[in-house]
Amino acid sequence: MKAQIELANQDNSSYRKLKDRIFFWFIVVMSVVTISPIVMIIGKLVVKGFRQFNFNFFTQTTPDTFEAMMAVSQGEIIPGGILNGITGSLLVVVLASVMAIPLGVIIGIYLYENQAKRYAGLIRSIADVLQGVPSIVLGLISYLWIVKHVTTGFSALAGSVSLCIMMLPLIIRSTEETMKMIPTSIKEAGLALGVPYYKIILRVLIPTGFSGLMTGILLAISRIIGETAPLMLTTLGSPVVNMNIAKPTSAVPLLIWEFYNDPNMVDLIWSSSLFLMGFVLTLNIISKRIAAKRRTI
Amino acid sequence: MTTVAMAEKQVKMEERIVDIKNPVLSIQDLSIAYNKDKYAVKHVNADIKKNAITAIMGPSGCGKSTLLRAINRMHELYPDIVTEGKINLHDDDILKMSTIKLRRKIGMVFQRPNPFPTMSIYDNVIAGYKLNGIKLKRAERDEIVERSLRNVALWDEVKDSLMKKGTFLSGGQQQRLCIARALAFQPEVILLDEPTSALDPVATAKVEDLLVELKKDYTIVLVTHNMSQAARISDYSMFMYLGELVEYDKTKVMFTNPRDSRTEGYLTGKFG
Repeated sequence: MKAQIELANQDNSSYRKLKDRIFFWFIVVMSVVTISPIVMIIGKLVVKGFRQFNFNFFTQTTPDTFEAMMAVSQGEIIPGGILNGITGSLLVVVLASVMAIPLGVIIGIYLYENQAKRYAGLIRSIADVLQGVPSIVLGLISYLWIVKHVTTGFSALAGSVSLCIMMLPLIIRSTEETMKMIPTSIKEAGLALGVPYYKIILRVLIPTGFSGLMTGILLAISRIIGETAPLMLTTLGSPVVNMNIAKPTSAVPLLIWEFYNDPNMVDLIWSSSLFLMGFVLTLNIISKRIAAKRRTI
Repeated sequence: MTTVAMAEKQVKMEERIVDIKNPVLSIQDLSIAYNKDKYAVKHVNADIKKNAITAIMGPSGCGKSTLLRAINRMHELYPDIVTEGKINLHDDDILKMSTIKLRRKIGMVFQRPNPFPTMSIYDNVIAGYKLNGIKLKRAERDEIVERSLRNVALWDEVKDSLMKKGTFLSGGQQQRLCIARALAFQPEVILLDEPTSALDPVATAKVEDLLVELKKDYTIVLVTHNMSQAARISDYSMFMYLGELVEYDKTKVMFTNPRDSRTEGYLTGKFG
């Protein structure tokens, strides 16, 4: 008894404080280690790419090798920009989104409505498998389907089909998860007013989960906008601004690859990467903002 | 079973059922099963009086919510549900009506306030019309919103913030908003499924006063977990136990002189 009281009275707070300190600093160091790559990447891109980041960069198409070589040899910045890449990326991503968003949202809602059904389970596993398919394989498939048989040539459409397949599983799962978060009481409120079920989906569930759906869609877009491998096999690339979906088209990640292969264009690699990185980062921040607003539920 | 026993059972059944003339709702031998042979509601017979509050009491899992939901067929949301028997609204069999029409005649308010989170207070009240695509002139809409909100004594509190989201209101206000939403169609019957169980005592008192006020124009059926609430505001009470309607009588009679020992046990707090 006496021993127990003594034990209880023993002052080991200094030991506990020390333990607390050690863990605190351990966590601080680990956090810094974790975020340092992103800081270093952005820092490098800004330092290396800033020089090329001017008005022409966004309004002119890529220069040819000779122009670039002349500029580099005289120590000037490389003329021209990546307008053909920006417009091409937009064209391909918009096309892919137009195909993937309605399809993905519809399938996601189907999965939510039929949680326990075997067919829904199958679709869900297929979506999971699809998410793991290497993007270059999707490029090959799109090459076989579209480039060979539909547009009979490299085209923006072929690129967007492969990107659409990449977006689908992301949108399907995020839609299903968003729908699951909406309380059933909201659905019941609509049903108790005698509203037909399809109208509840369209006018109650989708608006209520809108921020969740948007978050999923934006993250899917930021995921595909940097894809290079499937585009090499499908859109090929183009030195001019192309808005025809049946013609070869450039894209920002494709341009980065082309600049990498051309010793005279090295400086453009960094500015293009900076642009791409900034774009993806912005999309991510916007989707985070929207997600934070979903507290309405 | 001998004929004598049958006759005795018949007498017992009739004894339990209060005599209500011209009922709004008439529930006849209603049984509901979620799974085969697992009945949540067993052979319930009851008539519901017009312009009165009828409370359904009973311990958890006794089938009171299922019975209430069956009245506007919200119980059909569960797959594989089996419904036997009949429920008549006046002379129409509700099990044969379209749910869309039925639910406009029989409104419902739920346990937790559930205003549509994307809609303003105004749009929440008018949601029944809006979501069903019923076109109204602006003046008509304004009138319906004001009348419904006045009915639930919410008008003075929200008339300056009608365009704010419904979810900004306090819990009690939200629940009154949900009642207003149900009233907008001017239904004949309002079903309430433990409408005050998520509210504080002050908000509860407001909702209770409101229900007493509303019974002048509407027929109210209320499920409650709370015996004293049933005693305070209801005119008729049902006591359900394990899916059976054990006793159905005027509230005063049931609370002072219960006929069944199970009712007495529940009312005196021996179980439930």
